[in-house]
Amino acid sequence: MKLRNLGDRAARLVFLANALLAAVVLLGILGYLLVYGLRTFTGTSVAGFLFGGRWNPDAYGEPVYGLVPLLAGSFFTTLIALAVGIPVGVAGAVFIAERLKGRFRVVVKTVVELFAGFPSVVLGFFGLVVVAPFISRLFNVPSGLGLLNAGFILALMSLPTIISVSDDALRVVPQSYREAAYALGATPWTTAIRVVLPAAKSGILAAVMLGFGRAIGETMAVLMVAGNAAIIPKAIFDPVQTITATIAIELGEVPFHTTHFYALFALGLVLFLIALATNLVAESLIRREKKSFTL
Amino acid sequence: MSGETRIAIENLNLHFGANHVLRDVGFNIPANAVTAIMGPSGCGKSTLLRCINRMNDLILSARITGRIVIDGENVYSPRVDVIDLRRRVGMVFQKPNPFPKSIFENVAFGLRIHRLGDSGEIRARVEKALVQANLWEEVKDRLQDNAFSLSGGQQQRLCLARAIAVGPEIVLLDEPASALDPHSTAKLEELIVELKREYTIVIVTHNMQQAARVSDHCAFLMLGELAEWGKTEQVFTKPKDKRTEDFLMGKFG
Repeated sequence: MKLRNLGDRAARLVFLANALLAAVVLLGILGYLLVYGLRTFTGTSVAGFLFGGRWNPDAYGEPVYGLVPLLAGSFFTTLIALAVGIPVGVAGAVFIAERLKGRFRVVVKTVVELFAGFPSVVLGFFGLVVVAPFISRLFNVPSGLGLLNAGFILALMSLPTIISVSDDALRVVPQSYREAAYALGATPWTTAIRVVLPAAKSGILAAVMLGFGRAIGETMAVLMVAGNAAIIPKAIFDPVQTITATIAIELGEVPFHTTHFYALFALGLVLFLIALATNLVAESLIRREKKSFTL
Repeated sequence: MSGETRIAIENLNLHFGANHVLRDVGFNIPANAVTAIMGPSGCGKSTLLRCINRMNDLILSARITGRIVIDGENVYSPRVDVIDLRRRVGMVFQKPNPFPKSIFENVAFGLRIHRLGDSGEIRARVEKALVQANLWEEVKDRLQDNAFSLSGGQQQRLCLARAIAVGPEIVLLDEPASALDPHSTAKLEELIVELKREYTIVIVTHNMQQAARVSDHCAFLMLGELAEWGKTEQVFTKPKDKRTEDFLMGKFG
């Protein structure tokens, strides 16, 4: 065999091995999660886990592992994050994509994307020492740690994603749409809102989904500012505990191979499924967007 | 009405950065007639057309001197509201560019942004515009369908309907048939000739047969300079300028 062919084969083998390694490790983690997570149900019922209204693994005598309060914590903090993040993020993206020109646009976009890499513990710290006292004083509540604070910090964290992906979606809207609108006497803002934004709607939806994924998966910042009480919140100042924070807080202290230990893996499984679903939806939306402009 | 000057272009110069694209162009465009702007590719004919509704404003490097007078007012005067100008001067582009909306919403778009009428009135105006663009019969049962479901020729007539729905007096057509097949082109040309009763039409084309078929007047542009303008018949049969003659003989395209 020629040396050249041998080299080619070797290269192929190296790349294949690395790709397989990545896949095997990820599948291994998923398998681990599945095996351990499902063992929860030897100690507690499936319905008790999925629909249980209390999470109290340390209760004397009868510990309970109800997902609902944790899911509610994750859900409501993410809801607030998106309620703030979507309007601000989309408006910001429209401004960057439609009104900023040339070098300045590139600079602004780069800065926004840099914020995506902001260490979450620093944002959590900011929430703890700046936002919490502010909320406490502004609304005259005893503690500024809770749902509102967590939602706000999560909004900050998901903004770069929402802005950056929305901006990309707005950019691929053909210039001919804008020209058509201008030629009819539309102002730049009318054009942006009534033509460009609707044309980019599936990409913007994808941006929102990715922002959602970022918010629901965030652990450290939320752990620092959410107050961490596993209750279903009744007011916007109530403390909450998210799924991610629960794993982070409790996994360090839990005795191995107990129902509690397994239940934390089950929580991980729930998170994994949520993340998987959002990513699948976002991916398919982005793909649809690309298709719709290639006529 | 015909014969009276509707648009007067006077000493028009346009630079894109250091590039002198239009040089001292001046001619008159008569009302209720079709005027063709002809010339080889890259001669500046589309740029000239885009000066009339100030679409070149969007290009930052564009610098324009001279005047374009419509109804006694220079469109480049600071008093002119460009939004209002573009409502009065409609435009159809080279490639059909309907919005990714329904057929109905495409035509209604201009009416909605200029707040021309309530929903009943908008409905009536959309129908009228589609009738005028010779598209109504083909789409009246599928007004809520996406505009992209139409054929290329239909899309271009939809764009024409969208332009005339807001009630312009002048319609600019930028090589409107260049992306269409011969059958659709013939239909569109027929329509253009019909529409001149109501509108003043300016059409850019590099296709001289098309100019001969549809236009009453024509202007011939070469490398940014106006070589010749006048009645189409006269320019085609007795060109005064050597460059026009060469172009008509097919010496360059």
